Amino acid sequence: MARTNLVPPGPVVGKRAFQLPIVDGFLWLVRIAAIALILVGATRSIASARLSGQQWRDLVVFGIAQGSVYALVALGYTMVYGVLRFINFAHGEVFMIGAMTGYFVTDGLARTALWEAAPFLSLFIALICCMTVSALVALLLERVAYRPLRGAPRLIPFITAIGASFFLQYTMASLFGTSVKSYPEVEVLTGSFTLLGFRVLRVHLLVIVAALVIMAGLYLYVEKTKAGKAMRAVSEDQETAKLMGINVDRTIARVFGVGGAMAGAAGLLFGLVFQNVFFLSGFLPGIKAFTAAVLGGIGNIPGAAVGGLTLGMVESMGPSLVLVGLGIPAAHQLKDVVAFVTLVLVLIFRPTGILGERVSEDRG
Amino acid sequence: MTDTKPLLELRNVSTHYGAIQILRGVDVEIRRGEVVCLLGGNASGKTTMLKTILGYVVPTQGDVVLDGRRITGLPTQRLVGLGVSMVPENRRLFKRMTVRENLELGCYLRQDSGEIAKDFERVFTLFPKVKQRLSQRAGTLSGGEQQMVAMARALMARPKLLLMDEPSMGLAPVLVEQNFDIIREVNQQGTTVFVVEQNARMALSIADRGYVLQTGKIVLADTAERLMSNPRMQEAYLGKL
Repeated sequence: MARTNLVPPGPVVGKRAFQLPIVDGFLWLVRIAAIALILVGATRSIASARLSGQQWRDLVVFGIAQGSVYALVALGYTMVYGVLRFINFAHGEVFMIGAMTGYFVTDGLARTALWEAAPFLSLFIALICCMTVSALVALLLERVAYRPLRGAPRLIPFITAIGASFFLQYTMASLFGTSVKSYPEVEVLTGSFTLLGFRVLRVHLLVIVAALVIMAGLYLYVEKTKAGKAMRAVSEDQETAKLMGINVDRTIARVFGVGGAMAGAAGLLFGLVFQNVFFLSGFLPGIKAFTAAVLGGIGNIPGAAVGGLTLGMVESMGPSLVLVGLGIPAAHQLKDVVAFVTLVLVLIFRPTGILGERVSEDRG
Repeated sequence: MTDTKPLLELRNVSTHYGAIQILRGVDVEIRRGEVVCLLGGNASGKTTMLKTILGYVVPTQGDVVLDGRRITGLPTQRLVGLGVSMVPENRRLFKRMTVRENLELGCYLRQDSGEIAKDFERVFTLFPKVKQRLSQRAGTLSGGEQQMVAMARALMARPKLLLMDEPSMGLAPVLVEQNFDIIREVNQQGTTVFVVEQNARMALSIADRGYVLQTGKIVLADTAERLMSNPRMQEAYLGKL
């Protein structure tokens, strides 16, 4: 906007100056309306005291656990976007395959003595399997579906991604059937305990801790290792990265592998919380995680973590906090709506996302 | 200290972008220990020549030979391992990364950590300013400082041959001079330098030999001294004294 002032008056400027106030005015109206609705809803919800303090705290814990899963998946979207400026819409399916793998491994282990004797070791084995399988699927996807299209117009890999997404869904359906698969009960994860006044389900604690450890590992990998530096270099400037001796194709493949591994871990955690998975389980969490990545600032790795947690909280608390106060019935069934409305609001208020500083196209 | 055996040779190289021919049968020879400059106006094919050496562009005819080995069309990322480093036009630092990380990427392929530490010291001696800026993001540096980091980054690979694309571009005259002094110094430490420049006078003042490229052809090739006094050069590139 500041730029328009620098340009001398002329017909072009006149045209822009004529169009901008209407759009701007409309956006301001939306902004004010959004803030007003949220404030009114929140005040009335809190005043009505329909939920007890304990119930609010439960929602917070659930939001963090759910958000950690979104964050893990969002990291894959954001990292791939960082190196290729492309949204891998099949990433949700990589997550689903992780959850499926988790089902098969835990189901198999539950029949052995190890499951009872060493539950955490069993879960760790499942985690490694899920991460490996999902990483391999992501690598395969990159090699077969995306690498041949490098340099093609943007829309083409995008369409391919949607195709790949269906391919993976229906491959899983035809291999393992369309039925819903139930995770076995994990004895040690049932029940809850109280921490600082918050009632925490054990399974939620596991999810949160596991996600934090994995994200910390990723942070160290990207910041401190040679491979991580190569990833950052490739995401900034591929041509110059080559001059340093970096193999760009291999680095991109590695990004897919790492992103896939995290989606696989998220798949297992998701399965442990919700206890079931089927071939379409990747769709909604996938889109939610993409939303989380945009929310945090796409291409920004800490942003994906922040975006995931934010989305988890908004989705968990939003319906009770805002919608109930506005007198909307069955508010909890609208949590998906709340998530996507949040995305729209972020795009209006802060299009670069919470932590996003960079514009997606700055390549030079 | 020049050796007669060429370090880099372009033998009758032609390149095309689609149907348009850029280089037309170019022969260039760079001997070990030399500073060679490539002069020419806009669109003469200078940058394309560098891109051909680096494998960004594959020639349609002719060969690029490094140290007796044919490197025509080798992928770019292989070149640095063979001893070719480049200071790109406009520096192209990784702006969101720190200066230290930029230098570390310069020696990305090297494993010899002891020698790498020595090279860090060496570039700090050449560019004391760089040492003060190590933990700063490269994008926050001034143009002159960025040029130093770009050179330091290229030297971290310990190259046999250093390619420089328009090192004077966008720099204040005093910095340009400083920059060329450093190129001379790097050369005296044993690195062969091939510099592509529009600032012909500056480039010739430090070069042993020069080539002049015009619409994709080498039109003059001589020692720097003789190019300096060549009347054709004076008219076209140096301006009347």
